[in-house]
Amino acid sequence: MTAAPETPASGNAIEVSGLTKVFGTRTVVDNLSLRVRRGHIQGFLGPNGSGKTTTIRMLCGLLTPDAGEGRCLGYDIRTEQAEIKRRVGYMTQGFSLYRDLTIRENLEFVARIYGLEAPEAAAQAALERLGLGARASQLAGELSGGWKQRLALGACILPGPSLLLLDEPTAGVDPKARRDFWDEIHHLANEGLTVLVSTHYMDEAERCHEIAYILEGKLLVSGTIDDIVASAGLTTYVVTGEGLDALSSELRHATGVDMVARFGAALHVGGRDAAAMKAIAQSHASATQSWAHDKATLEDVFIDLMTRNHRSGQ
Amino acid sequence: MSGAPGDVRPARRGALAQSWQRLVAMFVKEFIQLRRDRPTFAMIVGIPLIQLLLFGYAINTDPKHLPTAILTSDDSPIPRAIVGALRATDYFDIKYVAKGEADADALILSNKALFVIQMPPDFSRRLVRGERPTLLIVADATDPTASSGAIAAALGAANQALDRELTGPLAALAQGPPPFELQVQRRYNPAGETRRNIVPGLIGTILTMTMLIYTALSVTREIERGTMEALLAMPVKPVEIMLGKITPYVVVGGVQMATILIVASFLFHVPIVGSLLVLVPLTLLFIIANLSLGYTLSTVAVNQLQAIQMTFFFFLPSMLLSGFLFPFYGMPVWAQYIGEALPLTHYLRIVRSVMLKGSGFVDLAADAGALALFTLVAMSIAVMRFRQTLD
Repeated sequence: MTAAPETPASGNAIEVSGLTKVFGTRTVVDNLSLRVRRGHIQGFLGPNGSGKTTTIRMLCGLLTPDAGEGRCLGYDIRTEQAEIKRRVGYMTQGFSLYRDLTIRENLEFVARIYGLEAPEAAAQAALERLGLGARASQLAGELSGGWKQRLALGACILPGPSLLLLDEPTAGVDPKARRDFWDEIHHLANEGLTVLVSTHYMDEAERCHEIAYILEGKLLVSGTIDDIVASAGLTTYVVTGEGLDALSSELRHATGVDMVARFGAALHVGGRDAAAMKAIAQSHASATQSWAHDKATLEDVFIDLMTRNHRSGQ
Repeated sequence: MSGAPGDVRPARRGALAQSWQRLVAMFVKEFIQLRRDRPTFAMIVGIPLIQLLLFGYAINTDPKHLPTAILTSDDSPIPRAIVGALRATDYFDIKYVAKGEADADALILSNKALFVIQMPPDFSRRLVRGERPTLLIVADATDPTASSGAIAAALGAANQALDRELTGPLAALAQGPPPFELQVQRRYNPAGETRRNIVPGLIGTILTMTMLIYTALSVTREIERGTMEALLAMPVKPVEIMLGKITPYVVVGGVQMATILIVASFLFHVPIVGSLLVLVPLTLLFIIANLSLGYTLSTVAVNQLQAIQMTFFFFLPSMLLSGFLFPFYGMPVWAQYIGEALPLTHYLRIVRSVMLKGSGFVDLAADAGALALFTLVAMSIAVMRFRQTLD
């Protein structure tokens, strides 16, 4: 794991409370409150359809909240969208630059829309920063997924925003490109940018200063990873050996077990009742199955949260 | 698991049956998609019906009640009888009494009157004396279809026009040919060539079609390609987006206009009687009006297919109710009102008047104003309709 990022200056870049968005009869975001400190990287997690994109769109003025209020960089998200747009870089989930323009033309377009004084020079600087100089006259649509994402990020930061909103920026990108991307994010945060990034990847979540987890539009937990793991109070065992599929089915509804999840060759079994978990572990451990007590991972906690929410919803 | 994976593979049909089933699968899928696309579905039934009713009732290739002016200071029963006979043909609607030749010319140049019936001041006196004075019918022949029926009817009616007036001492005049000479002056298109009418009309029709499509796709394309979301997140205003999207096509339209005018002039030998300094700016105005309309459709349509359907929905009435194919004055009044709302109607008057009659800005002020108003309304709707958020 990477070293914990340094603590930035105080003040909040995002401060919203009670955000609610209803589409038809479906409440997509439900009374969501969130604070992101300036210079922090805030991870935004949750399953598909949990309302991450809708929340991000409300933050940058693309959607009007049905209820709730808040400020983005000190500007009211309901009335000062124009100011917010000038200072926020929003990277959409899908590639949203012009496929039939070259890389340079796309960057120059963005530079002009934001009213930069020397758009050509700004685009050139961005090209060099992104390492895309040699491909400047290639059509954006011809780039591979990793390069597209790099270009999109470059276009977002070109006008010099104070806040970046990145909606699943690394979806469908190979591991090396993902790693480079996150190095860039940390580099930007060190320069003082605030970043809100939604993701499905746990390793990415672990590179954020703080994370927020939402499910069905509701914020379930937020804070640092250590805080979240600690407050979940899960006692976790890592089971290896044979017959894990059968064990998984058996334990799924066993009393005292709150979470069962397969991780590669191992099965993670967790419960909030430490004594009960210990008993289960002792009764199951055998020559073909080893039960090792281990610290709960972030993913264990999220699976537990989802399971719990699912059960309580029924 | 109870054996090899092959065992649980679902049973398949024979090769021919499979092919048939694939066809059915495609058919069912297409039908479901078609049914889901509500606007398309509505258009499948609605458009043919609306257009059939609209055009069936509106189009009339033998127009009557054409606006006519009289120019004479002779107020005696004989000219009145002649005018009455012409009116009785149903072709002539006496709408104006011209004060002089200049006034009569202006009425024709500004498309207010299609005919001027002209009699000298001493018409009755000379007629009674048997001098066979001239009854002149000046016809705006830019649209030969519109004027030919009326001219034929006028020739027929004139012969019997005075039968009732010429009694007593004048009975002798009723014998033989009419006691006046009927002259018809087909102005602007003496040979009655339809080409002179159609080619300028084509300029307007072609420009309508191309310009509408260019901008009708512009907003929906951004939405479909996913670029709209990024664009909306940037600090750019709807009016800036609109003008930025329309302007390049004004240049494209200008190039098209030049091409068409050159071809019209050199290949089809359609004269340009009026000034290019009048024609070019007004054509650009017409181009902008169409681009604005296309852009407005684009802000209303949900996807590119719908945008294209809307342009066609607009294009057909433009062809049929504007006076391009069928005489404008031949349509019932309600259809003329629809026609007046179409930019092409006004542009056809402009382009035909400038090219064939030599009309100037003053004659065409009303039509130019209508185009400007249309542009303004379309742009305002577009800016209001433009969704700045994704709500």
